[in-house]
Amino acid sequence: MSTLISNFDEFMDGLWKQNPIFVMMLGMCPTLAVTVSAVNSISMGLATTFVLTASCLLISILRHIIPKEVRIASFIVIIATFVTVVDYSIQAISLELYDALGAYIKLIVANCILLGRAEAHAARMPPVPATLNAFGMGLGFTLGLLAIGGVREIFGAGKLFGIALFGPHFQPWVVMVLPPGGFFVLAGWLILFSGIRANKQRKIEAELALKGAKA
Amino acid sequence: MSQIELRTAPHVHAPRSVETIMFNVVLALLPLCFFSVWQYGLSSAVLILAVTATCLGVERVFSSQSGKGNTLGDWSATITGILLALTLPPNFPLWMGVVAGFAAMALGKAIFGGLGYNPFNPALVGRAFVQSAFPSTIASFIPAFAPQRFAEFSPSTLTMPLMIPTDNTAWIKAAGIDAFTGATPLARWKFENFTYTAHDFLSGAVTASAGETSAILILLCGAYLAVRRFMDWRIPVAVLGSAALVAWAFQLYNPAHFPSPLFVLLSGGLMLGAVFMATDMATSPVTPLGIWIYGALIGVLTIMIRYFGGLTEGVMYAILISNAASPLIEKFTQPRTYGARSKL
Repeated sequence: MSTLISNFDEFMDGLWKQNPIFVMMLGMCPTLAVTVSAVNSISMGLATTFVLTASCLLISILRHIIPKEVRIASFIVIIATFVTVVDYSIQAISLELYDALGAYIKLIVANCILLGRAEAHAARMPPVPATLNAFGMGLGFTLGLLAIGGVREIFGAGKLFGIALFGPHFQPWVVMVLPPGGFFVLAGWLILFSGIRANKQRKIEAELALKGAKA
Repeated sequence: MSQIELRTAPHVHAPRSVETIMFNVVLALLPLCFFSVWQYGLSSAVLILAVTATCLGVERVFSSQSGKGNTLGDWSATITGILLALTLPPNFPLWMGVVAGFAAMALGKAIFGGLGYNPFNPALVGRAFVQSAFPSTIASFIPAFAPQRFAEFSPSTLTMPLMIPTDNTAWIKAAGIDAFTGATPLARWKFENFTYTAHDFLSGAVTASAGETSAILILLCGAYLAVRRFMDWRIPVAVLGSAALVAWAFQLYNPAHFPSPLFVLLSGGLMLGAVFMATDMATSPVTPLGIWIYGALIGVLTIMIRYFGGLTEGVMYAILISNAASPLIEKFTQPRTYGARSKL
């Protein structure tokens, strides 16, 4: 039972408490570059999730075999293998999407989340928690990208998932599909989330103070 | 028995506060607003009101959220609102004006901690935001002194929120103006090599943003502030002087292509920027030498962007870049402490 709970915690870690984008601030390069629309964001997020989960599973299985001295190189080889798989798959499924995401699919290999998770988590944990944690992180990353990409698409094109929201006379906000828009939206979400966290912290402290006063 | 009161210096100080200075800047801006309304009528009036109201509202929300209470009394949000409105085209859609006001106060000021902490001029941050968000709308103008300007709004002013601005062509035609290019003097110089005379500028009969047309009025209002020492006169002098000098040098080099220094000084937002925006106390240096360097940098950058950049007007980015440089300028121009050895 307790392993079930801890496994669930591993999975939830990446979704909220240690969200790669909003808390750890990793993988900022694709975050700012490909989040022009919701579809692009989801595809990028799912591609990263696949690579992250598969490579963390493999690394976790091989963690006793890989020599410590060459572990980084070995991790990169494993990650690069899965990135190549994703790269060719997306190219085969949708050339349009492949062109939209551009070099950023190949650049998944350089995404800090992948090496960070491999080094900090998968290389030290048994396969089940490692995979669950990686999957949670990947989904958290996807949600983060979607949160940014959704807002940018609504303002930048008046659409969400390609469906027009405001009719044909919508005036697009050009700045939102330009790089500054990515920074603005990311900063907006960060302000919101850190505000929520600060509020929670204040409540906990107030409760502790109350208990202290009673005692 | 008489008592002796002991106090530390300073013993005499002027009854001058942030509120006094800011209130006088608002007073100095009012003539510009009236002139703009006289030129462009109702559209300009509601634009100024809407943008200023937005700025005040955003300031109110953020200041109470950050536990500072009501900070509207320091008049700084009012200045930002009026200045921002004066840099926009008079026919700018109101909803975009609200967006600009929100960007100015939230992005330009509130997130840095409010008055005195903002590294960039908030009004220009707002304008830069809408310029990059709605580049075509911010470059379309209505003619000054249209006969129906006090009877009806320009159609684009009342555009529904989030929608493409309504076309102004019919309205302009109804004004009885046949050949209205809609291009500012700077754009006409850049793309058609056509220069206006000083008389065109001084009468206010050129296409421009709401508050940048009357150089004389801007200078008079600036002079009032400078005489009462609410504004550092060295900044506008440095900005306008360096711009004129560089423009004069370019004209000597190639008189057929480059316009006269007078055209450069009177066109676009240079006057308004030099007098009211470059002089923002929070975003300009305080060291004596630094003030001159800062002003000169704005003037030179403005000319460079106008002559060689993609945009027709460079004052906004010149001031924003110089704002960013001003802490560095201050660092390098610290006066030598009396008695200390010079570092160089």
